[in-house]
Amino acid sequence: MNDLARTRERRESRNRWLLLTPALVILIFAASGPLLITLVYSFLTAGDYGGIKWDFSTDAWFNVFFQRDIFDDTLSFADAHLSIFWRSVKLSLLTTLGAIVLGFPTAYFIATRPKHHRDFWMLLIMIPFWTNLLIRTFAVMELIRNEGTLNTLLMAISVIDAPLQILFSETAIIIGMLYVYLPLMVLPLYASMERLDFSLIEAGYDLYASRLAVLRRIILPLVKPGLIAGSILVFVPSLGAYVTPRVMGGGKQLMLGNLIELQFGQGRNWPLGAALSITLLAIVMVALLFYVRVAGRERGGHG
Amino acid sequence: MAKTTGFDIKRQYGFTTIAMICFVSLYLPVILLVVYSFNAGSSVAIWEGFSLQWYRSAWANDQVQEATIRSLIIAFWAALISTSVAVLAALATTRVRRFRGYSAVFAAINQPLMVPEIVTAVALLIFFAGIKVQTGYTGLGYLVVAHSAFCIPFAYLPIRARLQGMDLTLEQAAADLYASSFQVFRRITLPQLWPGILAGAMLAFVISLDDVVITEFVKSAGQDTLPTYMLGQLRRVVTPEVNAISTVLLALSVTMVIAFFFVTRIRK
Repeated sequence: MNDLARTRERRESRNRWLLLTPALVILIFAASGPLLITLVYSFLTAGDYGGIKWDFSTDAWFNVFFQRDIFDDTLSFADAHLSIFWRSVKLSLLTTLGAIVLGFPTAYFIATRPKHHRDFWMLLIMIPFWTNLLIRTFAVMELIRNEGTLNTLLMAISVIDAPLQILFSETAIIIGMLYVYLPLMVLPLYASMERLDFSLIEAGYDLYASRLAVLRRIILPLVKPGLIAGSILVFVPSLGAYVTPRVMGGGKQLMLGNLIELQFGQGRNWPLGAALSITLLAIVMVALLFYVRVAGRERGGHG
Repeated sequence: MAKTTGFDIKRQYGFTTIAMICFVSLYLPVILLVVYSFNAGSSVAIWEGFSLQWYRSAWANDQVQEATIRSLIIAFWAALISTSVAVLAALATTRVRRFRGYSAVFAAINQPLMVPEIVTAVALLIFFAGIKVQTGYTGLGYLVVAHSAFCIPFAYLPIRARLQGMDLTLEQAAADLYASSFQVFRRITLPQLWPGILAGAMLAFVISLDDVVITEFVKSAGQDTLPTYMLGQLRRVVTPEVNAISTVLLALSVTMVIAFFFVTRIRK
């Protein structure tokens, strides 16, 4: 390499980092940096009235999973935390499952429309996705609450005598999350299905396969990467959901996001809140790494 | 052979029905929410005639007015800042050979998309609480910075997509004609890039306007935005006033999203 090329390369590199500096400064100041501080806080002692004391302690991490009995000092699992962990995982899995049941046929429907119609159907999926999550949650809440449209209607036609109590239950949280995160399932599924080679399906029918066999043995294996991607895209935000469980669960059915918030409000245990946040982040990162691997494989795979 | 007349190989039993149920249930709750914002009565389930009273009462509510103005100010600054820095970042990371640190930069830019919002919110609460104690400053600046940060990936992605689709020949021709690199950027790159910048800015504006979680944790007392104000109203009796506020916000974001759709389709 001659000198001229080397000088030019050095100048290019300098310009590049100059261009990147403003974005990186903001991101380090208000995204990455605070995360590191949160990690540090999870190893400190809780202050008496919120905040922290600068004493190293692993109590917060210990308290994520265990609790010490104040009378006889025996150790046991932190039941309250574990049951909230379990509820978060359970509700997120059920939401993902529901999203597959509803999203798979929807994506398939869109992918089998004539080409010039598909954009329109996808726009119909995209619009709700880009509109306010809180408002969409409100909309579902107004529909299913005791004085809501659903109950009013059912009582007016005398199907039920008393309103169905759906709101403030785990079912309500699932309905809410399913409603707000469904588009995240349809998007990647549609992307896989759009490239589906229908001559393979035709071959299946030529060999006397039933519709179910075609779905199970040909379509499903081909769109599996999209299915996995969609599942992770729904599971991850469900696990960290805060608004939907707060609105639909009414503060009774806590999920991880609400448990974290409690530590900064009434709980006044910032280190525990920090440790819980890092735990949630770690679970999400594992799911995302899995997603990246699947997405990478899909790009290099069939097609 | 197996293909008898009218046999549709693309068909799966029940799929169209489920798809239709999906589309209807995606829109029905929101449509009902909008309809009842015009209700003359105070119920969000029993229709008592058309009226604009809830819009009037929402607008007469000082808290709503203040929250609206605050939301718009924050969204304006967040969109402006995030789009400006995203343009620069996109120029540095698109149409170049992979450089050392590329993956780290890409991960940093997209971090707000990957980290759960509640985690970012808590991290910012902790960090800003420290700064508030040190400096005593409790203004809107924290919200603007926080919003700018999580809007960056949303502004960056459409700009980057636009840049990737642009051809290099015009810029090379300009450079061949002794244009300086700044001249090339201003006269050739920027005019072609505009739709991407506009799309990015609109997306950032909508994302900032809609944010609840991070705002809820970062805001100081009396700094409600429209979404956090609405969340705070939950404990009270729900009246169509909330529907009226929602409808206005909805109209704003749907307009922006549809405009975004068309702007990204402008010919290169």
